[in-house]
Amino acid sequence: MKLKQLSVFLENKPGRLRELCALLADNGINMITISLADTEQFGILRLIVSDCEAAKTILEAKGFVAKITEVIAVEVNDEPGGLRDVLQVEDAAGISVEYMYAFTIKSGENAVLLFRFDDMDKAVVALKSAGFKVLDRVTLFQHSEN
Amino acid sequence: MSGFVVENRIRDKEESLSRPELTALQTSRLRKTVEQVQQIPFYKNKFAEAGIAPEMIQSLEDLQRLPFTTKADLREEYPLGMLAVDRKDIARYHGSSGTTGQPTMVAYTKNDLKTWANLCARFLTAGGLRPEHSVQIAFGYGLFTGGFGLHYGVEHVGASVIPAAAGNTSKQLMLMKDMQVDALVCTPSYALTISEFIIKNKIPRNALNLKYAHFGGEPWTEDMRARIEDEMGILCFNNYGLSEVIGPGVSGECAMRDGMHIAEDAFIVECINPKTLEPVAPGEEGELVFTSLSKEAMPIIRYRTRDIASLNPEPCACGRTTVRMSRITGRSDDMLIIKGVNIYPSQIEQALLRVEGTAPHYQIEVDRPDRKDIVSVKVEMTETSFSSSMKEMQELRERIDRAIQTVTGLRMNIELVSPSSLERFVGKARHVIDHRRKV
Ligand SMILES: [Zn+2]
Repeated sequence: MKLKQLSVFLENKPGRLRELCALLADNGINMITISLADTEQFGILRLIVSDCEAAKTILEAKGFVAKITEVIAVEVNDEPGGLRDVLQVEDAAGISVEYMYAFTIKSGENAVLLFRFDDMDKAVVALKSAGFKVLDRVTLFQHSEN
Repeated sequence: MSGFVVENRIRDKEESLSRPELTALQTSRLRKTVEQVQQIPFYKNKFAEAGIAPEMIQSLEDLQRLPFTTKADLREEYPLGMLAVDRKDIARYHGSSGTTGQPTMVAYTKNDLKTWANLCARFLTAGGLRPEHSVQIAFGYGLFTGGFGLHYGVEHVGASVIPAAAGNTSKQLMLMKDMQVDALVCTPSYALTISEFIIKNKIPRNALNLKYAHFGGEPWTEDMRARIEDEMGILCFNNYGLSEVIGPGVSGECAMRDGMHIAEDAFIVECINPKTLEPVAPGEEGELVFTSLSKEAMPIIRYRTRDIASLNPEPCACGRTTVRMSRITGRSDDMLIIKGVNIYPSQIEQALLRVEGTAPHYQIEVDRPDRKDIVSVKVEMTETSFSSSMKEMQELRERIDRAIQTVTGLRMNIELVSPSSLERFVGKARHVIDHRRKV
């Protein structure tokens, strides 16, 4: 019930992000969503793409450092309180968020929240037993391809 | 670590003379050298300026009265102003590139080449080389003295040479594997590149027969030795030399690996304070100064190497009586003065070797945009140390920051860069960009 995320190290150098996007596009890899965490010195780019392993190979061949990490995708109604409800469940289970980001799927009705928790297995169990819709890879891509 | 053990073997009786015997030999050779350099207009004038006649130099103490020779002097006498013999007697020329572009040329007679090969054979023997071994030389050949110096040294021992020259790491590994090479000769920074290649390509240790290596051509550190020995499972020996003095062969480590024995029958060494030019106490760091005692083509008097090291006159457990020099800890002209603190680039490397998740590849950039020195250090992380978590990446940066601060006492801007993104060197590494010098 976890989703593969590609993380890429971005040096503080002009043009690296553009180079990365061009590489993925040229190789027919779709970006479902993208999130950049950055400091003055460097950035960490987190991506959900159509083919994680292929993207990693392509980027590494061009000198990028990339890693595949698991995240949890939760579908919530795109209305106030969606994130709060998830966090309440995890708080109660004693799990903390390392990072998160979100995107809206094409229908525009629902939002997908992506989380990295300190205890991923426990997080999935807690969310599912609280009745949340935890997405796996297949359903997520079906949504975005609608 | 390697299971390879180097049994102590001393090649020449000159390596273990008593101090009085050595002093007598050095004195007679010094007097001869002082006579010889009268053939060189540069020295003739310098001696005259200082009011010194050759016969005034009778003992080793008198050496102190002679003028120094500097790199700038050699550059002014480019190309062959320092020859003491006729050009027709020269058998080989070499040169050193220097950082400013114009090389300085050095020359050897047939006898000089013999002397040089024997000095290299000495430290190679002390560091494990036996006639039945094969040695891969991954030094640059050409004007640089490293390649040819070691080449003839290995041959002089009676061992076999594989003159691979520098570069093309995959070919180096192919040769090392297929030829079952016993020993490697290169710069320590190139050894790191080779080790990285072995790890990356998962070459199993038993595919190679490599037992030991002799590194020279640039300063390195004890931490770097530990890392290479651990990664490659070999013993690494340090040697020292510079073309202006003769090339490699000035000094090298014995099996004790506790300092490099200087060939004192061929050179007189002094260790001076680079500012006052006065000798420093034994064991104290200073600039090394060499006077040649048995060279024909280009004898040299009190050459200021700019290399910072200390001397240890204590007898060594190996039986050699010659003075030992420490590793080069810096160059008096490479030394960076940042916010009034003396920093040698090698200190950064020393710090990085202590931090897991980084490679000992770095580049220091110094600037003074607003009358205040700003130092940035680009540090390569390893593939495995990259994390999607910002917190972990910041922690890695902080560990580097702390390690550098511990070693240098200074806070620097740490910039993490991708693995293998900084320039790799097959010869001497260049680590510093100082924008302040352009002003
Ligand atoms: Zn010794």
